[in-house]
Amino acid sequence: MSTQKDFTTSYTPNWCPGCGNFGIFPATKMAFVELGLEPHQVAMIFDIGCSSNGSNFFRVYSFHGIHGRALPVAEGVKLANPELTVLADAGDGGGFGEGMSHFIHTARTNIDITYLVHDNHLYSLTTGQTSPTSGRGLKTKTAPGGVIDRPFNPLAAALINGATFVAQGFSSDIPHLAGLIKKAIKHRGFAFINILQLCVTFNKVNDQNWYKDRIYKLEGTNHDSSDYYRALAVATREDSKLPLGVLYQAEKPTLSDGLQLTVKTPLVKQPLTNVDISKSLEKYS
Amino acid sequence: MLVNNFSWKIGGEAGYGIKSIGALLARSMMRLGLFVFTYDEYPSLIRGGHNAFEVTVSPGPINAPKRPINILVALDQTTLNQHANELSDDAAVIYNSKTVKAPTALLPKNTRLFPLPLQEIVSKLGGQKIMHNTVAWGASLALLDVDFDFVKTMIESSFDTKDPKIILQNIKVASEGFEYLRRNYSIKDFNYKVEKRNNPGRILMTGNEAIAWAAIKAGCKLYAGYPMTPSTSILHTMADNADEYGIVFRQTEDEISAVNMVIGAGYAGWRAMTATSGGGFALMSESLGMAATLEVPLVIVEAMRPGPSTGMPTWSGQGDLRFVLSASQDEFPRFVLAPGDVEQCLNLLPIAFNLAEKYQTPVVVMTDKHLAECYKTIDRANFKPVTIERGEVLSESQLAKIKDYKRYAYTDSGVSPRALPGTKGGVHLVNSDEHNESGFTDESSEERVKMMDKRFRKLEAARKDIPQPVFEGDGHADITLIGWGSTRGVILETLKSLQSQGVKANFLQILCLSPFPKEAVMNVLKKSKKIAIVENNKTGQLAGWLKENIGLDPHYKVLKYDGRPFFTEELIETVKELL
Repeated sequence: MSTQKDFTTSYTPNWCPGCGNFGIFPATKMAFVELGLEPHQVAMIFDIGCSSNGSNFFRVYSFHGIHGRALPVAEGVKLANPELTVLADAGDGGGFGEGMSHFIHTARTNIDITYLVHDNHLYSLTTGQTSPTSGRGLKTKTAPGGVIDRPFNPLAAALINGATFVAQGFSSDIPHLAGLIKKAIKHRGFAFINILQLCVTFNKVNDQNWYKDRIYKLEGTNHDSSDYYRALAVATREDSKLPLGVLYQAEKPTLSDGLQLTVKTPLVKQPLTNVDISKSLEKYS
Repeated sequence: MLVNNFSWKIGGEAGYGIKSIGALLARSMMRLGLFVFTYDEYPSLIRGGHNAFEVTVSPGPINAPKRPINILVALDQTTLNQHANELSDDAAVIYNSKTVKAPTALLPKNTRLFPLPLQEIVSKLGGQKIMHNTVAWGASLALLDVDFDFVKTMIESSFDTKDPKIILQNIKVASEGFEYLRRNYSIKDFNYKVEKRNNPGRILMTGNEAIAWAAIKAGCKLYAGYPMTPSTSILHTMADNADEYGIVFRQTEDEISAVNMVIGAGYAGWRAMTATSGGGFALMSESLGMAATLEVPLVIVEAMRPGPSTGMPTWSGQGDLRFVLSASQDEFPRFVLAPGDVEQCLNLLPIAFNLAEKYQTPVVVMTDKHLAECYKTIDRANFKPVTIERGEVLSESQLAKIKDYKRYAYTDSGVSPRALPGTKGGVHLVNSDEHNESGFTDESSEERVKMMDKRFRKLEAARKDIPQPVFEGDGHADITLIGWGSTRGVILETLKSLQSQGVKANFLQILCLSPFPKEAVMNVLKKSKKIAIVENNKTGQLAGWLKENIGLDPHYKVLKYDGRPFFTEELIETVKELL
């Protein structure tokens, strides 16, 4: 049985003291442990950003790629080896800015991977520029007069494009977040968790108190996560409330089902030999 | 009378089925035991615009289109007007008597004219409008003195459709095309004819098809791509055959997704590939550098077309060499391979996969529209069993013996054994940040230099494995032609012709452009009297690369960058002028 320590490298996390990543990091490891996973069974594909520097701290098969491209890499890894537990891990900049098209299109595939987005409403590694989820009016280094664009709605986007598990967590509520990540990994299909995250260094507006006034847990309401339209209503509510928990979950055919891949014999474990194609040459004769 | 030696061409509006009927004529000639090479020109349009497809037929192996044209099939006036100047003095023109006005002053004086009521034949027999090209195909066979029985056999065995009605209709209209020509005209004085030869089961294939099949043979198990001319038929061939060969096929939202998916699969231990053209490759270039620094195997095919930007999508050029050699930020080792014909596509793709895995380094295979889309007859024997070399991949038991596995361990060759995700005992980080042996981010001066040097050592270690330049022709020649990629075909034909005229020339083809095979190239060039680089680009990119690598300036640069390949006659004349 593995422990959180097994999922931790010797490299000391260098996030700012108080950073929301210090909540997401243990919550993710907690989920791995509770699911009985071992480090070699997990592949985490990281984006670029503060959150993705976590690639140095997670002791799993970690892939630290380039900005915005975690999802297609994760798709390639999962297709090649369906036995692996595959997670893509990005921030709101890479996830919803540079990598937006991959988010929409990967949701459509319903591939059996988990996508964690650390959403602190800012580009923080580059010292605090506007991100796609920055709220209107938020003053940033690139919007000194306040952001004028409407923020992107990741939960609704995931829902309307085919994600079969859509949830929202909060970096300061570690046990709750760990529970969500556990459910997401167990879910068969594309599981997306938007993780509301504090950035204590650059985001002085969306701080602990700001969130406290807005978050509420779906678990305490009569929310039915099998009801797509209720999930959509929760995801698109116009008031200032921020739901935490599973908005939607449904069992639907995954990409592997469509491609008729079988988990029993991942081809990556089979020997690679010359493939005989001679019968196919007839049509060229 | 010339037997089995001619060039045939058909032209008409896009949407007339020019390409499919051209391919049918090429296949017909192959079935009759002859060798063919095809060349087509078409605009980037689905309907309208002018399409032309030519088939050069030869009794022996043929490597390039040959002009003048001896038979022109003109489905419209544009064809006749545009291609009249490509005709031989003894050429024949088969044309639609209702829509084409001939003769015109543009045609050579002795052109034989064969007007046919193509559309009337089709409508009389109840065929679909597009079948007028099948009529013209039948008439072409009649003109070439092919047996009538062949018409039926050929159509029955070549049409993709399973609908017997369509096959029957095509046989009817083709037969009438054949008979109409025979009834109304004599072919006795026509200078070109076909005589059946033994057909040992040759096949007709484009460079793209050869690349797809060679990749499948070499164990490519995931293909991800996005359509872009002229690479698209690789995408199609992979899609068509994915199920049968257990290949995961994905058409992605863009080229960036395609290359990253391929990198993901390569990291996980699958052989994977993507193909694109210059524009798509531009989108992939950031990921190219990522694969290099993560040391993940990657194979990309870059089928060139003229640029800049959208350029001339359906035409050919070799303007991307410098781009591919230096794409992506900073410096890293990469392999760049350039097959010159269909057979070399078959040979090089398995090598590309081996190099990518053995050296954990990206490989770009460069072609161009001319190689990607021209059909050539080849021997099936070119499909040799491939040897698969996957490089050092550590198993669980091997890893159990290693105390502290380091993914980027410093080695003499620069190659550090891989552990594939899922393998117990091999957990590690692959990192696009500069890193140390363990993969952790490390920006120290010392580790940076060591890791950079380690990556570059792989290129030196690989020198023993890279495809060596191909040398053709006389060892003591008056002139050495140097080329890369698809110019191989026309250079070989030029050499043949020059030899018959008593001119001694030889040819050095660079198959592997990076790392550059310095010694092998020097060994040839130090004996050369005159050196001419032959390239389809504006500035002579190989010439510059040659100079950079071996400090040698060729005496001449023979450059063409109008979107068309060199034609044999044109290159022969140019080379003669240099002597």
